[in-house]
Amino acid sequence: MIEGHPTNKPVMAIFWLYVLIPLAWGVFKTLTQAVKLFH
Amino acid sequence: MSSISDLDKDGTGTTRQSFFSKEASIAQPGFSRWMVPPAALAVHLCIGQAYAFSVFNAPLSKVIGITQSAPDDWALTTLGWIFSLAIVCLGLAAAFAGRWLEKVGPRRTMFTAACCFGSGFLVSALGVWLHQIWLLYLGYGLLGGIGLGLGYVSPVSTLIRWFPDHRGMAAGMAIMGFGGGAMIAAPLSVYLMGHFKTASSVGVAETFVVMGVLYFISMTIGSLAIRVPPLDWKPAGWTPSVVENKMITREHVHIDEALKTPQFYLIWAVLFFNVTAGIGVLGQASVMIQESFKGSITAAAAAGFVGLLSLFNMGGRFIWASTSDVIGRKNTYFVFFLLGAVLYYLVPTFGASGNIVLFVAAYVVILSMYGGGFATVPAYLADIFGTAFVGGIHGRLLTAWAAAGIAGPVLVNYIRAYEVANGVAKADAYTMTLHIMVILLLLGFVCNLLVTRVDAKHHMQAA
Repeated sequence: MIEGHPTNKPVMAIFWLYVLIPLAWGVFKTLTQAVKLFH
Repeated sequence: MSSISDLDKDGTGTTRQSFFSKEASIAQPGFSRWMVPPAALAVHLCIGQAYAFSVFNAPLSKVIGITQSAPDDWALTTLGWIFSLAIVCLGLAAAFAGRWLEKVGPRRTMFTAACCFGSGFLVSALGVWLHQIWLLYLGYGLLGGIGLGLGYVSPVSTLIRWFPDHRGMAAGMAIMGFGGGAMIAAPLSVYLMGHFKTASSVGVAETFVVMGVLYFISMTIGSLAIRVPPLDWKPAGWTPSVVENKMITREHVHIDEALKTPQFYLIWAVLFFNVTAGIGVLGQASVMIQESFKGSITAAAAAGFVGLLSLFNMGGRFIWASTSDVIGRKNTYFVFFLLGAVLYYLVPTFGASGNIVLFVAAYVVILSMYGGGFATVPAYLADIFGTAFVGGIHGRLLTAWAAAGIAGPVLVNYIRAYEVANGVAKADAYTMTLHIMVILLLLGFVCNLLVTRVDAKHHMQAA
């Protein structure tokens, strides 16, 4: 195996945010719709 | 070992590795495996859009008439084939590309999925502009469906190899993304169609172009970031349990050999029964709650109910798959089938008693187990057949999903129609259907019970 570089932690954090922010937005939009069931 | 297909001629008589080859995507020392879940999610959050395709149905039926359907506009039944074709192509692509995706690795597979899924939207946009339905069948149905199949399987098997200590959780993370993708796509599609809508356009074609480009970029980012672990890689500080677990093999079964084992067909049936039971009610949830609680549940509240089911469908994928790491895959499916059967049996009673809270609670648990069934099966396959060909085997198993996609809605719709035609009240018409679901779940329980470890004669021999 050739010599590698450790994963850049800030890059990894940004990558996680890149997928989690849209997912959180989708969950939020769905929750606001789901709340109507309890009104 | 390199294969010819993974090597590109450089014109000098020698060969070089393609950036998209399996070998070029092997992780180097220092690479964190926690980069892999977002790479998988970048793909699954896109292809999960498929569950939200129905938001386009009404606008697509008014492409000519704009405010209302014109005689030359597409009928909803015509449009319904776009999604059906996509799901069929998903199953076929996952099944038939199994060997190929194991050979070329996840990077090339995921990039191919990005090209197919993204271009599927663009071809569909052209179809809307020209008002040619066959272009939508070709675009979203065929190309998009192939993108769905390739994009679904490849990240999951890669994650399982990176997380031998948490196979269920790893698969659950990716497949949760597939459930969550619809939650992003539905409001995004509605927003974009509203933005592009004019007096002469319903805004669907423009929306398809934007979404096609967005999904292509996001899935390509996922494919560029994905890495496969080196051969015999293990997480630091982790050693496989020395205590023999008879349901987790350390051997590997070849993708073609897996089809010769009863275990493959038993797990196929396990997935089929679990999905059939869930998918049947998922499509009818809105109508079902309105008919069960006539007068007290409005259309808006029913839409909220569907949203709640989507949330539990998504959450169940991560929670149940992670739970399977602790209690085992077989026990997890036992829970799905037994608890599911009890809840399906009780739902009509909850409906008849007018108890909305119990009715809703039963359904959200049922839907969490529906999602959990999808997310737990890759780890189940890895436990039984080993990880060497788990992606391809998983792909072939997804034909159970396609079959359940037909069986579930047919069971619910036709039995209900038969009951109503024979004078049963609409509110009571689902009772028979739900009791048939109980029988299906008990059949699934028996199939799961029969799953044992694979006979050693099917194991691959060490070179």
